[in-house]
Amino acid sequence: MSKEPRSPAILVWAMIVLAVAAVVGLRIGLGDGMARAYAERVEMRVTVQDVASPSGERVVEWVEWKSVSPAEFSRAVRESPSQDRVQLNPANTVGLWVAALLTLAIFSFLYRDNPAYRLAEAIIIGVSAAYWGVIGVWDSIVPKLFGALAHGWTTAHILPNLPAPTTQSQIGMGIALALGILLLLRLVPAVGGISVWTMAFIVGITAGAKIISHVESDLLAQTVATMQPLVQPADGGFWTGATLWASLPSVLVVVGVLCCLTYFFFSVEHKGVVGSAARIGIMYLMITFGAAFGFTVMGRVALLSQRVEFLLDDWLWLIDPLERRIVDGVSMIVGTGGVW
Amino acid sequence: MMRIVALAIASVAGLVMLLSPFFPAMESVGAQSSEIFNVIAAIAFILGAGSLVKVNLSRVGRRDTGWGYAFVTLLCFAITLIVGLGKIGVPPNPQFAATPWAGEKDAAGSAFAWIYEFILTPITSTMFALLAFYVASAAFRAFRAKNREAMLLLGTAFIVLLGRTFAGVWLTGGFPEWASGLRLENLSMFIMQVFNTAGNRAIIIGIALGVTATSLRILLGIDRSWMGAGGGSA
Repeated sequence: MSKEPRSPAILVWAMIVLAVAAVVGLRIGLGDGMARAYAERVEMRVTVQDVASPSGERVVEWVEWKSVSPAEFSRAVRESPSQDRVQLNPANTVGLWVAALLTLAIFSFLYRDNPAYRLAEAIIIGVSAAYWGVIGVWDSIVPKLFGALAHGWTTAHILPNLPAPTTQSQIGMGIALALGILLLLRLVPAVGGISVWTMAFIVGITAGAKIISHVESDLLAQTVATMQPLVQPADGGFWTGATLWASLPSVLVVVGVLCCLTYFFFSVEHKGVVGSAARIGIMYLMITFGAAFGFTVMGRVALLSQRVEFLLDDWLWLIDPLERRIVDGVSMIVGTGGVW
Repeated sequence: MMRIVALAIASVAGLVMLLSPFFPAMESVGAQSSEIFNVIAAIAFILGAGSLVKVNLSRVGRRDTGWGYAFVTLLCFAITLIVGLGKIGVPPNPQFAATPWAGEKDAAGSAFAWIYEFILTPITSTMFALLAFYVASAAFRAFRAKNREAMLLLGTAFIVLLGRTFAGVWLTGGFPEWASGLRLENLSMFIMQVFNTAGNRAIIIGIALGVTATSLRILLGIDRSWMGAGGGSA
């Protein structure tokens, strides 16, 4: 097996890294720089009831930071150079750099597989697994399971306005807890087989719910939507070209649905009339797949343009479509002689 | 025995869901079953996370090829979990300021929201954006207008793509009023409203029939493939 020469690849990588470094270096040096996030300080003050306090009340204070544009920071500094209401947001500034570098790491796969891409891949696997786990805990397990089985603790510490559970919901969540523990036993090979009971519950519920939802919202709804009047009278009378033209879409839809369903029907051999209908059905399906393909490409290109816009706008400050970096009519791309 | 109990659980749970819309007395049981299902689905995420940790820990422990990436995965997993479950950086909920953990987990300014905005979203959306290149490249290599069906597919994709862009509108913008139906944006709309609707409708009806048949096979215990090896069909 011939081994691929390494030197051209290293050369290409060096060129890519140098090109990115050159753009970043130029951008840092020109105009008002790049990739900074700003935030406005908002003081929060709420009075809450507190039985331990002599007055029966207690004041809770904290600070929140609201994201603002660089132009707003510039305006605030020009009005009062010593102000601290609008400040650089270090966390979001670091975030911009992290997001940009991760975006470039993923794009680097367009040339070939590389450690930067694999690192980004490893990050997303770990982050997304934990992210959806956390969402599941806070959105389902805490309000439903804890809310039913440990209502007092949940309302005291997490969800004060959670309604009291009924006996039925407590029994239900008891069953959910038992089935959940059985499911987690899958991680223990010696007793993992018993998790099939939880799987059975999941499969059964899904099967039962899917029959109802698919029959109701797909089979019946789509059939009803197809059963529309074929003739759509237009202005000027029934037997006119306008009526024919207005009715054409309805006729084409009904014909198309019937022909496609004929193509899907394999209990009869596709010969004669059935074969002709099936062939028309195939043509409709090809048009449908073509449209789906076009839409998929459009969606991906839209995503691509969003990522490129992020790099050029939020990170490099090379473009400013929302005019967030225009100070007194001067763009920060060229430099506002300002307060950075 | 374990399999018989599993079959019974699947059938009873499925029948409860199936019959609950038809019997008012069973409606609450159906709704409760859905709640149980949602909680189990959330617990399944914990199972998935546990499995991920197990696999990656063993890779790190054995110093397999690429164990460094497995370590990064574990590290990112642990950080996100601690940040999310600990609600780090979450400001108090103004409505319930006295309740320590009442703040929204993904409130603006929280570390969990930061991870979503600056790590999760950029990577996932860039990965999907990459598909633009691969779809275009695959289409260029695989699509050949060698027969009538392929020509229809290609032509439709071309019209739909162009009809939704400025270039398409500009290209056929000069067509006279009586031929306005042939302008790419109108042609694209006609295809979407008529041919695409008909094709999708038939596909959706077919899927609904297929799902119903498969679900009934499961509920009646005819299809047992979901039980894994040894399940099979009756």
